Amino acid sequence: MAKLLDVKDYKVYYQTLKGQVKAVDGVNFFVNEDEVFGIAGESGCGKSTLGNSLIYLKAPMRYAGGSAILDENDISKFTDERMRKMRFEKISIIPQFAMDAMSPTKKIKNIVVDLVKEHDKKMSEKDIIDLAIERFKMIGLSGNVMNMYSIELSGGMKQRVVMVISTLLNPRILIADEITSALDVSSQKFSVEMLEEFKDKQFVSSVIFITHDISVLYQIADRIMIMYAGHVVEIANTEDIVSKPLHPYTKLLISSLPKMGIQFSQKQLIGIPGYPPNLLNPPKGCRFYDRCPLRIDPQKCQNEIPPLVEYSPGRYVACWAYTKGNDKNG
Amino acid sequence: MSRAGHTQKGMIKMDELIQVQNLTKIFKSGLVGGYFTTAVDDISFDIHKSEIISLVGESGSGKTTVGRLILRLLKPSLGKITYEGIDISTLRGKKLKEYYKHVQGIFQDPFASFNPIFKVDRVFDLLFDSYLKDKVGKKNDLIVESLEKVGLNSLDILGKYPHQLSGGQLQRILIARTFLLDTKLLIADELISMLDASTRVDVLNILGNLRDKEKMSVLFITHDLSLGYYISDTTMIMYMGNLVEFGKTKLVFDNPLHPYTRMLLSSVPEIGRKWKKSELEMKRGEVPIGGCPYFDRCPLAMDVCRKKPILKELEKDHKVACYAAEGVKSDDSIPVGKSHNS
Repeated sequence: MAKLLDVKDYKVYYQTLKGQVKAVDGVNFFVNEDEVFGIAGESGCGKSTLGNSLIYLKAPMRYAGGSAILDENDISKFTDERMRKMRFEKISIIPQFAMDAMSPTKKIKNIVVDLVKEHDKKMSEKDIIDLAIERFKMIGLSGNVMNMYSIELSGGMKQRVVMVISTLLNPRILIADEITSALDVSSQKFSVEMLEEFKDKQFVSSVIFITHDISVLYQIADRIMIMYAGHVVEIANTEDIVSKPLHPYTKLLISSLPKMGIQFSQKQLIGIPGYPPNLLNPPKGCRFYDRCPLRIDPQKCQNEIPPLVEYSPGRYVACWAYTKGNDKNG
Repeated sequence: MSRAGHTQKGMIKMDELIQVQNLTKIFKSGLVGGYFTTAVDDISFDIHKSEIISLVGESGSGKTTVGRLILRLLKPSLGKITYEGIDISTLRGKKLKEYYKHVQGIFQDPFASFNPIFKVDRVFDLLFDSYLKDKVGKKNDLIVESLEKVGLNSLDILGKYPHQLSGGQLQRILIARTFLLDTKLLIADELISMLDASTRVDVLNILGNLRDKEKMSVLFITHDLSLGYYISDTTMIMYMGNLVEFGKTKLVFDNPLHPYTRMLLSSVPEIGRKWKKSELEMKRGEVPIGGCPYFDRCPLAMDVCRKKPILKELEKDHKVACYAAEGVKSDDSIPVGKSHNS
């Protein structure tokens, strides 16, 4: 399978008065064509920063190194002018809180037409409107939505409208940032099914699905990447991540999830003691060291950042317990 | 403390803490003319001592309104709520203060519960100023002890500002307060929805321990069924202001009888179980006045459903409001429209 997006040693920092917050600090991953790539992690792990920075590197976010190659172009080094062309046409996003993403003073029709005209000057206004209406109908919205203002729509409807707008020009990659987080279970399922349908119909080739909820990823993702405190800790196909996790963090995270069939009175689940480190001044070595029950080689774990290695074909993990050099240490 | 368990019906067991009877709340919106929304529609249930009862529903189901009514933040339009046999709407002055000592609420956003310009200690100071004047002498020890009970080290907490702590820590501080107050009932409205997976279950476990060790009751309001399943003894499923299913948690989840509960359960994302592709959810486009609230979306709707079903106990400790679940049969199944759910 061809790689559509290849991200190497990519770093995005936040510039603050106190210094740099290393929110995304040297991540490596790739997204294949025609796949749903899930990114999971707790709040503050850098997953949303990563997703947003690939679309629009807005201050106080600052590019701090590495590359992100999309279709042979390193978009991490693009000027704002060139990136403007890529955005929406090649790579698009459904932002977190998408419901608030639309101007309340413009009709949906005008938002759609303005946006498309900015990118594709050949399309006539009528074609644009027809295309949008066709897509709206596909997901159960009536064409009348075009003449409404965003404030007239319910939360679920807004989410769908944004979903249609984001994919109108058939981008290669769609980044879906926490699109299910604020929704009820039945709407979560609906959103995920819509995304799958868009992919089936080739409106988008690949989806990067960012969420804190691994059980939602289990439903849709082909592969999952787990992030912790700005680092990638593990990447594998979905089944392996949930049933045979390697990294101690992934293991603890999966085991802390409530599942149907488990009740407090019979079996108590446990969370992960402790809290993630402050990324203004992150620890020198493994960022999970403080909370890690394993610490295979304490000296090394505390002082050296474990690299992301391919442990077995297609399985990547960043933990000293799985590096070759460490075999002799135990 | 007031006497326990006397009610006008006289047949109630001794361990009811709260009784909700025919509770209804209608909101009026709009300035002129306006329209009415029935957020809570004639519901009745009891909260027993040392019971965790989850109230599950989607957004707009009225679950938060129920919590706010019990906390007396809203006035019921009809019906009443009694606490240990006394109608809470009659409480005034000292009695009301006593009620708030025993019935406390914690809400979804911990950062909104704290004033950002004060240190977190203030939430304890306020308690001692107004509720615990007699215990001011032992204030420090009591605070440290209550924080320990929720798994927090006072050295990490006291003297900090809310932004220096995590959401999970802040929620635990609020739970710690209930130890000091000797709270009997905690209204936990989406208490852990904003917390990360790794800290969520710890807070749930604290609730479980509160029940087992302190004999506290919790009304656990949530939209997340798996969390409700994990922690609660009893589950109530709410749909558009109505209780549609109600019973022992295991019975409701293992043998869901209402079509709405079944739909919810099948939509819960679970590891190890892939969602079945849903059939396009149809809407009939009508909810008959005085009919079943789920009529519009129900795959099993019949003509008889135009009259609202009442909660019936179909097996021990398991009530459902649905004719189809009762076994009422009818040939006149009602065709559904072609439009999508919106």
